[in-house]
Amino acid sequence: MTAPAAAPVEAQTGAPLLSVRDLTMTFPGKRTRSGRKSPGIKAVDGVSFDLGAGETLGLVGESGCGKSTTGRMIVRLLEPTSGSVSFDGADITHLKPSAMRPHRKHLQMVFQDPHSSLNPRQTVARIIADPLLVQGKSVAQARARAAELMELVGLIPEHIDRYPHEFSGGQAQRIGIARSLATDPRLVVADEPVSALDVSVQAQVVNLMERLRRELGLAYVFIAHDLSVVKRVCDRVAVMYLGRIVEIGDKHEVYDNPAHPYTKALLSAVPLPDPAAERARERITLLGDPPSPASPPPGCTFHPRCPRAQDVCRTERPLLRIGMPGERREVACHFPY
Amino acid sequence: MLLQVSDLSVEFTTDRGVVRAVDGIGFGVEAGRTLGIVGESGSGKSVTSLAVMGLHRSARVEGSIKLDGRELTGLPEKELSTLRGRRMAMIFQDPLSSLHPYYTVGEQIAEHHRVHFRSSRSVARRRAIDMLGEVGVPEPARRAGEYPHQFSGGMRQRAMIAMALACEPDLLIADEPTTALDVTVQAQILELIARLQQDRGLGVVMITHDLGVVARVAHEVLVMYGGRAAEQASVDALFTASAHPYTRGLLDSLPRLDDPDDAPLRAIAGSPPSLLAPAAGCAFAPRCAARDAEAVGPELRERCDTVRPAFVPLSERSEGSLDHRAACHLTAPLAQEAVR
Repeated sequence: MTAPAAAPVEAQTGAPLLSVRDLTMTFPGKRTRSGRKSPGIKAVDGVSFDLGAGETLGLVGESGCGKSTTGRMIVRLLEPTSGSVSFDGADITHLKPSAMRPHRKHLQMVFQDPHSSLNPRQTVARIIADPLLVQGKSVAQARARAAELMELVGLIPEHIDRYPHEFSGGQAQRIGIARSLATDPRLVVADEPVSALDVSVQAQVVNLMERLRRELGLAYVFIAHDLSVVKRVCDRVAVMYLGRIVEIGDKHEVYDNPAHPYTKALLSAVPLPDPAAERARERITLLGDPPSPASPPPGCTFHPRCPRAQDVCRTERPLLRIGMPGERREVACHFPY
Repeated sequence: MLLQVSDLSVEFTTDRGVVRAVDGIGFGVEAGRTLGIVGESGSGKSVTSLAVMGLHRSARVEGSIKLDGRELTGLPEKELSTLRGRRMAMIFQDPLSSLHPYYTVGEQIAEHHRVHFRSSRSVARRRAIDMLGEVGVPEPARRAGEYPHQFSGGMRQRAMIAMALACEPDLLIADEPTTALDVTVQAQILELIARLQQDRGLGVVMITHDLGVVARVAHEVLVMYGGRAAEQASVDALFTASAHPYTRGLLDSLPRLDDPDDAPLRAIAGSPPSLLAPAAGCAFAPRCAARDAEAVGPELRERCDTVRPAFVPLSERSEGSLDHRAACHLTAPLAQEAVR
């Protein structure tokens, strides 16, 4: 059932920083009353991509498409059912925590809800410095670095002994970002980092993340449902549907000329803050809801909602392949463009 | 005017003092039109809508709320409850928490009809099934017998809309109805609300933080900040000729799909204000880039900080049912002068 790992086009500079191959996550089914086990849920089904140093990849899709699960497997918060994650040339998929530690330094995560991802009983100093202590720095060194990081993310270093509840949502997210940067990571996986923030604060955090990337040469896997934010932050974008990547490519290729009908529908569903443009726009409204990953439709999983579905779509699963000659974009559709 | 709200204030007493969540708001909604109320968390937009529905039990509500000319503030609960659901109805962000988990969806829709029209069980049940069909729930007769947890998020929101419209109200208040939904499902629900509005001539109040949603569905818009009105205008005027620095700032700070420019976003500094310590002057002044501009003299700047700007019309001419108004010393200094 799993597709062969279609080798994505190599990033421009030699070996990629992150290389994900055929990543699959099946959550075990629950035991039913009759004592039988219900079949598991395939949340992520054969996801492969490469990410070069300093590059940003947006993972977009609707709830349940597996984007967060993919992010969590990359940073080893979840153990994949199969497939591999290579970071900087080393296979980290099954490393023990002690063996993972040297890599962990370079591989960090930012979470969606800033307040629930910060320990309310720890001061900011402790929150930011903890990763450094784990990595063997002295308390004084770690505290000095924490103050430095606060300044870097636009917080006032004098507030270092305050607790998370004393900060607003935007400031708390800055603390989360500072924590992720403490160990000089090369890759940050950010899972919906701005979606819990007020509209007027989102732009501040987006700008901060862009500046940090420029200054520190970070690579991001940026997980978001907001396509406008992803377009702003990312170089490349991968669109996921029901656990699979249906389209991946340079953001201009994907946004300016989407190849997969799902990408098209997704883009046309985003309301534009411009009433004249909204009236002039032709929208593709999809029917129905995304199907449950517990019982994915056969063939192309998008076919029940697809305006272009033909017989072959109902039986044969399309594989990711290069969209048009000369493009880096790959698309999994029998009838793209 | 279907709904006319004037000088509405809502105060809560909390452990940390009195919070004025809504402070002197006024707006109108006409039948067949949609008013968008935009604001961030704490702007008072949801508190306003609950006040219109008469759902604040412990708050002090002042001002006037008129539905079809009838004053609702001060009305006894018994009379309000005959209006609620019948003449005005509300849908919320999270349909799962607004639906009772122990009753079938059909029963919950039918109950409204039975209460307001004293209809028989079978009539109400038929009505519930018809409504579910009308809002696009497939196989409505079967789905009416299912429980809310058996519905997907989008279907639940459709069921909520069916429940809200079962008694054919004139006014629908939708409080962030699509915020919890995926973007493709959001598009479906917004289209559904627009279609039902056209069919029934509903007046709609659409409360949202999403300026894209406002641009898609609203005819008129009220922008709220810190419990006060910042700006109101027709939807086109708001997006093309916004007069309040907060509105302008919000529009400038949005990343846009149709924006080819990859320059940094023009963010608004700071965070939304706390209602425990309301500003003496303009609530937006501490974050306002226009106030900090060099051309603004110290005298005017001080006025921003100390004098609360009045919510004044920007021109004689009025467009649509709301004239273009803003509460800002900088964009409407002459008008402010005239008011004094």
